[in-house]
Amino acid sequence: MENQLLSIITFLPLVAAVILALFMRGDDPAARQGAKWLALFTTTATFVISLFILFRFDASNTGFQFVEERTWILGLTYKMGVDGISILFVMLTTFLMPITIWSCWGVETRVKEYMIAFLVLETLMLGVFCALDLVLFYLFFEAGLIPMFLIIGIWGGKDRIYAAFKFFLYTFLGSVLMLVAMIAMYLDAGTTDIVQLLAHEFGSETFSVLGFQVVGGLQTMLFLAFFASFAVKMPMWPVHTWLPDAHVQAPTAGSVVLAAILLKMGGYGFLRFSLPMFPVGSDVMAPLVLWMSAIAIVYTSLVALAQTDMKKLIAYSSVAHMGYVTMGIFAANQQGIDGAIFQMLSHGFISGALFLCVGVIYDRMHTREIDAYGGLVNRMPAYALVFMFFTMANVGLPGTSGFVGEFLTLMGIFQVNTWVAAVAATGVILSAGYALWLYRRVVFGDLIKEALKSITDMDRREKAIFAPLIAMTLILGVYPSLVTDIIGPSVSALVTDYQAALPADDAAVALNEGHSE
Amino acid sequence: MATIILFAPLIGALICGFGWRLIGERAGQVITTALVFLAAALSWQIFLTFDSETQHITLMRWIESGTMGSEWAIRLDRLTAIMLVVVNSVSALVHLYSFGYMAHDHHWHEGEHYKARFFAYLSFFTFSMLMLVTSDNLVQMFFGWEGVGVASYLLIGFYYRKASANAAAMKALLVNRVGDFGFALGIFALFYLTDSIRFDDVFAAAPALAETNLTFLWGEWNAANLVGVLLFIGAMGKSAQLFLHTWLPDAMEGPTPVSALIHAATMVTAGVFLVCRMSPVYEYAPQALAFITVLGACTAFVAATIGLVQNDIKRVIAYSTMSQLGYMFVAAGVGVYSVAMFHLFTHAFFKAMLFLGAGSVIHATHHEQDMRNYGGLRKKIPLTFYAMLIGTLAITGVGIPLTHYGFAGFLSKDAVIESAWVGSGFAFWLLVVAACFTSFYSWRLMFLTFFGESRAHGHDAHGHGHDAHGHGHDDHDHGHHEPHESPMVMLIPLGVLALGAVFSGMLWYKVFFGEETAVRDWFGMEQVAHGEAHTETAAEAGTEAAPAETATTEAAPAEPAATEGTAVATEAAPAEEHSEGHAAGVAPKGAILMLPFTPEEQAVVDTRLDAEKAANSEHAPTTIINAAHLVPTWVKVSPFVAMLIGFAIAWLFYIKDPSLPRRLAAQQRPLYLFLLNKWYFDELYDVIFVRPAKWLGNFLWKKGDGNVIDGSLNGVAMGIIPFFTRLAGRAQSGYLFHYAFAMVLGIVVLVTWMTLFGGAK
Repeated sequence: MENQLLSIITFLPLVAAVILALFMRGDDPAARQGAKWLALFTTTATFVISLFILFRFDASNTGFQFVEERTWILGLTYKMGVDGISILFVMLTTFLMPITIWSCWGVETRVKEYMIAFLVLETLMLGVFCALDLVLFYLFFEAGLIPMFLIIGIWGGKDRIYAAFKFFLYTFLGSVLMLVAMIAMYLDAGTTDIVQLLAHEFGSETFSVLGFQVVGGLQTMLFLAFFASFAVKMPMWPVHTWLPDAHVQAPTAGSVVLAAILLKMGGYGFLRFSLPMFPVGSDVMAPLVLWMSAIAIVYTSLVALAQTDMKKLIAYSSVAHMGYVTMGIFAANQQGIDGAIFQMLSHGFISGALFLCVGVIYDRMHTREIDAYGGLVNRMPAYALVFMFFTMANVGLPGTSGFVGEFLTLMGIFQVNTWVAAVAATGVILSAGYALWLYRRVVFGDLIKEALKSITDMDRREKAIFAPLIAMTLILGVYPSLVTDIIGPSVSALVTDYQAALPADDAAVALNEGHSE
Repeated sequence: MATIILFAPLIGALICGFGWRLIGERAGQVITTALVFLAAALSWQIFLTFDSETQHITLMRWIESGTMGSEWAIRLDRLTAIMLVVVNSVSALVHLYSFGYMAHDHHWHEGEHYKARFFAYLSFFTFSMLMLVTSDNLVQMFFGWEGVGVASYLLIGFYYRKASANAAAMKALLVNRVGDFGFALGIFALFYLTDSIRFDDVFAAAPALAETNLTFLWGEWNAANLVGVLLFIGAMGKSAQLFLHTWLPDAMEGPTPVSALIHAATMVTAGVFLVCRMSPVYEYAPQALAFITVLGACTAFVAATIGLVQNDIKRVIAYSTMSQLGYMFVAAGVGVYSVAMFHLFTHAFFKAMLFLGAGSVIHATHHEQDMRNYGGLRKKIPLTFYAMLIGTLAITGVGIPLTHYGFAGFLSKDAVIESAWVGSGFAFWLLVVAACFTSFYSWRLMFLTFFGESRAHGHDAHGHGHDAHGHGHDDHDHGHHEPHESPMVMLIPLGVLALGAVFSGMLWYKVFFGEETAVRDWFGMEQVAHGEAHTETAAEAGTEAAPAETATTEAAPAEPAATEGTAVATEAAPAEEHSEGHAAGVAPKGAILMLPFTPEEQAVVDTRLDAEKAANSEHAPTTIINAAHLVPTWVKVSPFVAMLIGFAIAWLFYIKDPSLPRRLAAQQRPLYLFLLNKWYFDELYDVIFVRPAKWLGNFLWKKGDGNVIDGSLNGVAMGIIPFFTRLAGRAQSGYLFHYAFAMVLGIVVLVTWMTLFGGAK
């Protein structure tokens, strides 16, 4: 039984989705309500079971736990398992899904399908984080696109079709290269088992392709192929432009899942594949990635300053925060990677909550234009408080989880490259700039706009949705050991293996050698 | 006990902030105030009975990652004890004062609840500030550092309907963040170098830092100096030093009690505290200290010049605060951290009092802040007048020259100026001129406000305006428009602070800037064996052995029997002993560290001192604190003379011939405008930073994201998308949805089926 727990939480939402699809009939209010309750119940149950996994998880063991392995079609293997790096992403997903479902209580169009989409999405997301087989991972990873594509394309705003296709094409094109790389990996290692692949040493002898010297050889090529996919997913500058469009058009719950969980797949991918499997390739490309991250932080923060649409602003802020993540990961030391994972979890709570904050007033006023608001504090004190809390968490105020991730990633990168650290640290100033400016324009000031004069404060349900998010943001900010105790040993092992895999004189290998020669 | 002090304000803030709807606003106010008074009482107990032994109290784990470890912990030493008293005393009095000041506020409509929120913010601020001063590692200090920043942001923007208040609040936080940027980099650098961010580990490694080089950005830097400068950038932001000072005057948008607590007595001194706290590092970072000295002196001067011409009573005091902070930094910069703390300590009393006094004036005149509309208030609000008078006497430094009798500011400011003379002639002269300006603008404030004829022309209309906002129902005399004395809850804090402004200098002069042994005792530092050091220095003047020798003897008294004791006798060993003692990784004892001069410094210092005094002194001028006592008499008297000149000009301008200032301003128009507009810093920053940032953001968005990235990447896709879009037109009818859905379901069903029935391996 214990060995099937991961499969159980992964497929439980799917079972509920199937039940909804097959047995739920009609579109009357009662049916809609039933669909919502079923989804809420299922996601909550999933969360409870995952808590059980968390408690049984042994953090000091850096290997995979709860491993389940079965033969599957076409000689493939079905293999699931979690380690210190992936378990908290599983928890993040199961924790956020009930909140997401509860946040779309007000949706009245195609409720059943909406719920099905989210339930299927949860299955696919959990699958990504648990899969220990390359093919299985790829299936979950790619299939996750479809429900999200539908959520944006069907329940989205007025330009939803454009946004949905942009989302789909960007992420899909990146994935094609990953597929090619996976085939290459299979040919090289003779297995698709991730555990075995982690132990396999891919070739790193420099070879030349069309006259170009490729430093790091096969590893660099594989790294780049995976990078194409994960960088788009993250998203990293300059392939981030799909995200603001997708967010703006997505319904609130879609934005929450997109920002809080889907974006984390890229970061997880780097940690699961790029760094441990292609250490030499990672090392060769790290300077490029670090600079892309630093540019992302400054660039998107500046762009966020110029936004007039609340959701777009938060979306750009997400890209900036993901910049810290990639920067921390490719600092490739304990602080950097601990910080990166922490930042991803924390961003899950904070950005999710910020999109919910936008959702609260969007539901009332049906506009996301910043200029349409102002002075909300006069009529919505509770909302002002919650929004302030998450604004501060977003700018990385110590005592909230946002600080820990930012601080650790910056600390990690400082040991590697002070230029990148200094450039990235300016993001601390810029983030305060755009976030507080947004807050000031929306919440502070006198309430003079006629349309806002009858706006109502958050109701009980809305407050209850934010409560767990506030709690997590605070708890992790005050006692981050909850997370670092779990990820620490696995990250430590990862860092040790990574450093050991590098040739001794690799430090001198500069980025431009890989390209210009 | 320290734990109670630390958490009492937090508990108060939480009860009042979230529970006032249950217990009532009044109860919330009372609870917060009572808890802060409790904290203040306990703080005084610690302060008066403290034995100067550093204590560490660990509360809980905090951020841990690999070798990086940090806890929620309390470090209790003399510096902390001083700050506890300053923070809690002022905070308690400000809480009390706010009962009166915030009782009727025309910014709010009738029936609106704002008091509980205000008190909760005040208490939250107090908690953050306490976190800052009690922290035992740099990260927790950063927590407090940012916490006070947020509290300050919330309180400056307390009148959230006022656009100017919101703008000021944001500006304060942003400018502070610029400082935090430097602070954070400093912490990272320290961790990189010492593998720890706990104070004791860092201090133990400090001597090694001085000999380490670090590649940072474009160059190689001396590690100690680099860390020193980076941390100081943080201090510049928080303490409103030149270039990062623009937020402080704007912060006066907040309610006046806030200005007294945060922007005069406590938060803005956090930077000074940081430098003093890190003194074991700064002592090995001479260039960083020189930078601090110069910048502090420039700040003191620039702020004083701007203060000369401001008309808003609170802004005058704000610039005065900025200027006094410059004094403190000069003291820290020349290495007399105890004097920096001394001025911080006395300044907290008299500056808080000046602000609260100004608040009382503003309260009395129905929220009029322009001094041009005051005049002749002395008779109308006599108690406030006397309080302000004491504050003015204290800040301008009135006392009996060459003795230790005088108002608080006399003792501490003169201590700063005397020390400055030893360390830097440049700083000394700027500070003396600034002292003259200080005297001028302080007396100008007094004369304009309390003397002469009343100039309250627009007063009636003003008063009516407020009445319309619901002042009419007051139970005291807001109804008619005569200025009225403030209620007792506001006057009592003034009285208490007045006591501090008069006596705090005289009472604690000895331990902050008296005999060196007393100072070292009080801060828990190890004593320097003066007799020996003196003879050694005299004998070895200018040779390398001398400083190492004194450094060794400094460590000696702790373990007289240990090997170091013998090192004093053997001439050859000291240099190695010196480095060895520190390589062992022991943090220096005590709250601050004050090393003796190096030979180069000593040579310079000797030329500055009064030769006769130095020869007759029983203590050799081998440390700054001793040397500062031996400066020439004219140096000691100069701040007093400067004060008299300032007073005389103010009297001439505002009592004798009130038309003179106007004529002078007309005659020197460009200079006047330059000062009135605060050296055009705001305008400059707007052009250099704010506008380009917005423009660049817009440019990158429209051109970068829009044209370049989307343009090129979508170029291909755009050929395909219209096709899909046409196809997707049918999505709304639901077909596509069903197709896609069937596909997903198909995949997942397949997966499930294979999982369940594929058979286990």
